[in-house]
Amino acid sequence: MPAAALPLQRTFGLGGAAAVLFLVLAVTGALLLVTYEPSPERAFVRNAHHWAANGLVLVTILHLLRVFYRGGHLPPRKGNWFVGVALLLLVVACAFTGYLLPWDQLAYWAVTISTGMLEYVPVVGATMLRAVRGGPDIGPATLARFFVLHVAILPIALLLLLAFHFWLVRKVGGVILPADVGDPAAPRGPLVLTSPDLTQREGAAAMVVFAAVMLLAAVWNAPLLAQANPGMSPNPAKAPWYFMGVQELLVHLHPAFGAVAVPLLALGLLVALPAIGGGERPSGRWFGSPRGARLALAAAALAAVVTVAAVVANEPLRRARPWFPGLTPAVREGIIPLAVAVILVAVVAWASRRRGGTRIEVVQAAFTFVAASFVVLTVVGVFFRGQGMALVMP
Amino acid sequence: MSTVPSIEPRAPARRDFLGRLGKGLGILAAVEVLAVVVAYLAPSKGGAGRGAGLVVAGPVGEFTPASVRPFPAGKFYLVRLADGGFLALSSKCTHLGCTVPWNQKEQVFPCPCHASTFDQRGDVLAPPATRALDLFPVVIQGGIVKVDTSRRIERARFEPAQVTYL
Repeated sequence: MPAAALPLQRTFGLGGAAAVLFLVLAVTGALLLVTYEPSPERAFVRNAHHWAANGLVLVTILHLLRVFYRGGHLPPRKGNWFVGVALLLLVVACAFTGYLLPWDQLAYWAVTISTGMLEYVPVVGATMLRAVRGGPDIGPATLARFFVLHVAILPIALLLLLAFHFWLVRKVGGVILPADVGDPAAPRGPLVLTSPDLTQREGAAAMVVFAAVMLLAAVWNAPLLAQANPGMSPNPAKAPWYFMGVQELLVHLHPAFGAVAVPLLALGLLVALPAIGGGERPSGRWFGSPRGARLALAAAALAAVVTVAAVVANEPLRRARPWFPGLTPAVREGIIPLAVAVILVAVVAWASRRRGGTRIEVVQAAFTFVAASFVVLTVVGVFFRGQGMALVMP
Repeated sequence: MSTVPSIEPRAPARRDFLGRLGKGLGILAAVEVLAVVVAYLAPSKGGAGRGAGLVVAGPVGEFTPASVRPFPAGKFYLVRLADGGFLALSSKCTHLGCTVPWNQKEQVFPCPCHASTFDQRGDVLAPPATRALDLFPVVIQGGIVKVDTSRRIERARFEPAQVTYL
């Protein structure tokens, strides 16, 4: 294999870390299956499962960003990008179905809210909601459904797709490398033996990840609130952190947009990235070039300013009398904000083009704007929302 | 010089027929299996909307005008408006289904999940909720207020016809 593929900053070992976390989850999950009854003595295994699950969601997102900002989503790695997006959805689905199993207040209400979003899917929403819950409300039927998804169907799907993901990486000749590592005689630079040069590094990285999970599990207990109480929502009732961006959107937007249209558009953007960013060979460098990095950074900074301003400005506005009483809520709180967001993305793309960005860099800046806005919304939701979901200092 | 042999459309032979028959039966079998799976997983119909049924709230005199009394077991609030009329408001937020508390000081139902706010009559004061809190029918028999929690009435906004008087 190429020696140039070895340095840590090439990938930060994020894919490997995700694989290790999956193994930790499989083992701790199997242990939990044997004793699916909450008791303090078994807390360590549950803690490890909890922290590894949160870590897996985080690491999978970081891995996706790493691949994107090095051009790993473009041909010849395009197919594997789609597999990766599917894996991200599976990881989130696993985390989400696992969320209900503790059957505490957090579980009950987070799942009530998240499944409730299905009601706003046009035409088939009500049927989908009943099918997912196994009834009109969260109950024993929901628990049974989520349990079998969490311990059998989703992990098996994840394992099969993960194997395919690895195989596609191998097939394309490993990780993406900058064009300047080699010379005409040896385009991929000097070669080294995969074992021990790579395997030892991966082994060390795996041990670091494993140690981190064990340490977290030993120090911090996974939260367990009071038993689920359908008569009282906790105040504030917050979803897991990876859904807080969507929950924050739901405070501001019409539910059909916050719950259905915007998440679907975001997923569509992820899937469309290889197609709209193509036309050039990726350089294999971070952000394509120093100019690409500057444009992405500017887009992220703009996103932070615009999103914070919008969140703060909307706080008094949404409690005031509607500005255009003639407009329906779907237009006032759905179509207009969405149109403004699309125009902002277009402006970012146009400005990047004006500053000499290549097509890859323009798409990268536009995506960065969207992704950074979502990160800001998540941070606002997690840290700056208090009682009654009012804006507060953390 | 050679001529291209013309390709005559062949009459469907017995083998084609059997092949199609096999495919058709295969699809039929797959649909049947799917139907069995769907029927097995479909939520049971019974008990779905039935709920706890009729809840006896108490004698009319117990409820002072302009007051809100929670009935957690029935998942509703019995509201007596200032003019003496009764409304049974579902405590389930119409946005995404959280249970709304009653804030006596500010006289509103603020949802703890996405900050929707409803007034005493269940009307939306602040989005993201798009419609007023659901109602349950109120019946007053012999001076006793009863609420039928098995019949959930969805509505867009408050209308005077929804209020039950003595």
